[in-house]
Amino acid sequence: MPVIDIYDPALCCASGVCGVDVDEALLYFAADLEWARSQGVDVQRHNLAQAPLDFANNPVVSAFLHASGEAGLPLVLVDGEAVLNGRYPSRTELARWARQGDAPSAPGAGACCSGEQCC
Amino acid sequence: MFRFLQSPPIFLFFTGKGGVGKTSLACATAVELAGRGKAVLLVSTDPASNVGQVFDIAIGNRVTPIAAVPNLSALEIDPQAAAQAYRDRIVGPVRGVLPESVVRSIEEQLSGACTTEIAAFDEFTGLLTSADLAQRYAHIVFDTAPTGHTIRLLQLPGAWSGFLDAGKGDASCLGPLAGLEKQRDQYRAAVAALADSTRTRMVLVARAQRSTLREAARTHDELAELGIDQQFLVVNGVYPRDGAGDDPLAQAVCRREQQELAALPEALQALPRDEVALKPFNLVGVDALRQLLRETMDATDAQLPALPPLQAPSLASLVDDIAVSGHGLVMLMGKGGVGKTTLAAAVAVELALRGHDVHLTTSDPAAHLADTLDGALPHLTVDRIDPQAETVRYRQHVMDTKGAKLDAHGRALLEEDLRSPCTEEIAVFQAFSRVIREAARKFVVMDTAPTGHTLLLLDATGAYHREIVRQLSGSSVRYHTPMLQLQDPDRTKVLLVTLAETTPVLEAASLQQDLRRAGIEPWAWVINNCVAASHPEAPLLRQRAANELREIDLVRTRHARRHAVVPLLTEEPVGVERLRRLATHGADAP
Repeated sequence: MPVIDIYDPALCCASGVCGVDVDEALLYFAADLEWARSQGVDVQRHNLAQAPLDFANNPVVSAFLHASGEAGLPLVLVDGEAVLNGRYPSRTELARWARQGDAPSAPGAGACCSGEQCC
Repeated sequence: MFRFLQSPPIFLFFTGKGGVGKTSLACATAVELAGRGKAVLLVSTDPASNVGQVFDIAIGNRVTPIAAVPNLSALEIDPQAAAQAYRDRIVGPVRGVLPESVVRSIEEQLSGACTTEIAAFDEFTGLLTSADLAQRYAHIVFDTAPTGHTIRLLQLPGAWSGFLDAGKGDASCLGPLAGLEKQRDQYRAAVAALADSTRTRMVLVARAQRSTLREAARTHDELAELGIDQQFLVVNGVYPRDGAGDDPLAQAVCRREQQELAALPEALQALPRDEVALKPFNLVGVDALRQLLRETMDATDAQLPALPPLQAPSLASLVDDIAVSGHGLVMLMGKGGVGKTTLAAAVAVELALRGHDVHLTTSDPAAHLADTLDGALPHLTVDRIDPQAETVRYRQHVMDTKGAKLDAHGRALLEEDLRSPCTEEIAVFQAFSRVIREAARKFVVMDTAPTGHTLLLLDATGAYHREIVRQLSGSSVRYHTPMLQLQDPDRTKVLLVTLAETTPVLEAASLQQDLRRAGIEPWAWVINNCVAASHPEAPLLRQRAANELREIDLVRTRHARRHAVVPLLTEEPVGVERLRRLATHGADAP
């Protein structure tokens, strides 16, 4: 199964509570992430404020930061390839990425319709 | 013997607002326990780091035997330095590798009060869980304690399962712990030690003043909810009932304190309570510390200090300068209990009396000050927001809208994050920001201000705006964000309020540092409740006044661009007349 890496902007709290307004996208993503992990998907999060070395050591991420700055985050890599930036992935997208390279995945098991957001 | 000193367990924590005398009490307690023949370790986090000064020895971040006191060793922890070390560890390796704006953003995220708090807790953890230290010392005395917020976070199962176990950043205010070295078991053991009444005693320290007693009551409730129920209350620096003599000011101080003690918050009434009397000497040196906890005083033949007349500008003279611009925002900033609301009212009254339209907006929970001013003067309007109500509303709003889709663990974590001190600051500032706009036409005076850290976090586009300003420098710049309005000294004046005492002055200086980081330069410092400006006669007050002069001098020479001194009055400064006396009376013009 592919590895999904999420590179977050510098967050005081990953829940997003500390901003002027709580960022809903972060809260929902936290829930989606929990769900994806419960389905056995390998998702790693990297918070710029806590693990900046993860950003510096990855050539794809580092080049991205130099080109677009922190404002372009979050950045999502699947098996090291940039697939999405500027917003968090939906539950559907997480499920789709997880299925790739994992061809004969049993339909229904951890797939699209078990989430709340799709179909 | 004082109750809090009877059969103490191994860990003693002193907790309370800045300036109530936690460090002095902790030092005196350590000396007392060592005098009983027990091996004692004193742990201080006082940024003034005056433990070394008290014992006349350099201590620092290692266990140091105190030669003058057999059985006593001491250790100083600097939470700021611990937080800085943590920041360096995180940011150092990527400096020059990642873009500079990115590095700055990371540093700001790691500059909040939470980072310092967690870094301090990390340092405590080792002391609370070390079998070796428990062997060597009968008592370990701390001059501070972790907050309920920190302890609760560490107790939440959600916090552990997310962040600390997996190391995959899902937690929250605990974020900084991820970068710290200790293992989950150790944090858990530390929290367990805190909640174990056979091992831990919490001593809540307050003065006989409402704000510090309220803070103690809040701490009591928080700790009790966590099952930390071995609590004692110490009211420090109480003016002796028979020590006022003929001095009307001393009589007023004494009367006010006794009223506060008679009306103790309900939460505190059931606690074992001690009162430690105000002493006519400085708490420096082992002898002075021994005297602090002696219940009967030797006949006081302490030499009365000479009290030179205080040469300091009055608040009214500052208002003269503020009034020049004809409109603008005036924010009073400072730690709780220093009198921001009263001084905001005094500034508003002075401006209104000079014929300017003034909107005073206050977060004073008591409301009686706002009530006495409403409609009292032409040009002056008063309104009030309730910080608790604003915070509750904000939390509820977040839980209803944003928390709706979370599972039970997620909701618990979100709920705890929303109980962080930042939340109240944000909620209150949002309520205030509705009136900031009016400052283009009249004066808006507020009795609170967000910290620089919060402003930087709120100003998500701050870096972008700085860039624009740089590009436009020379041409006329039009301001659109609140941040830029706050940074412009012609439009916003921040007055830092403090007391003429060591810890409050240090706290104000660190608030100033924090504002400067956000590009805001405090316009003036105001020293409130100044005894030296009130010409006291009673020996105890003259001693206090003499100590104040040193602090006032520090403010003038080291911290403030301009300053004013406001006297301690015999009556509560309520109503137009008394507020005027605050602003004009007492301090001599320079």
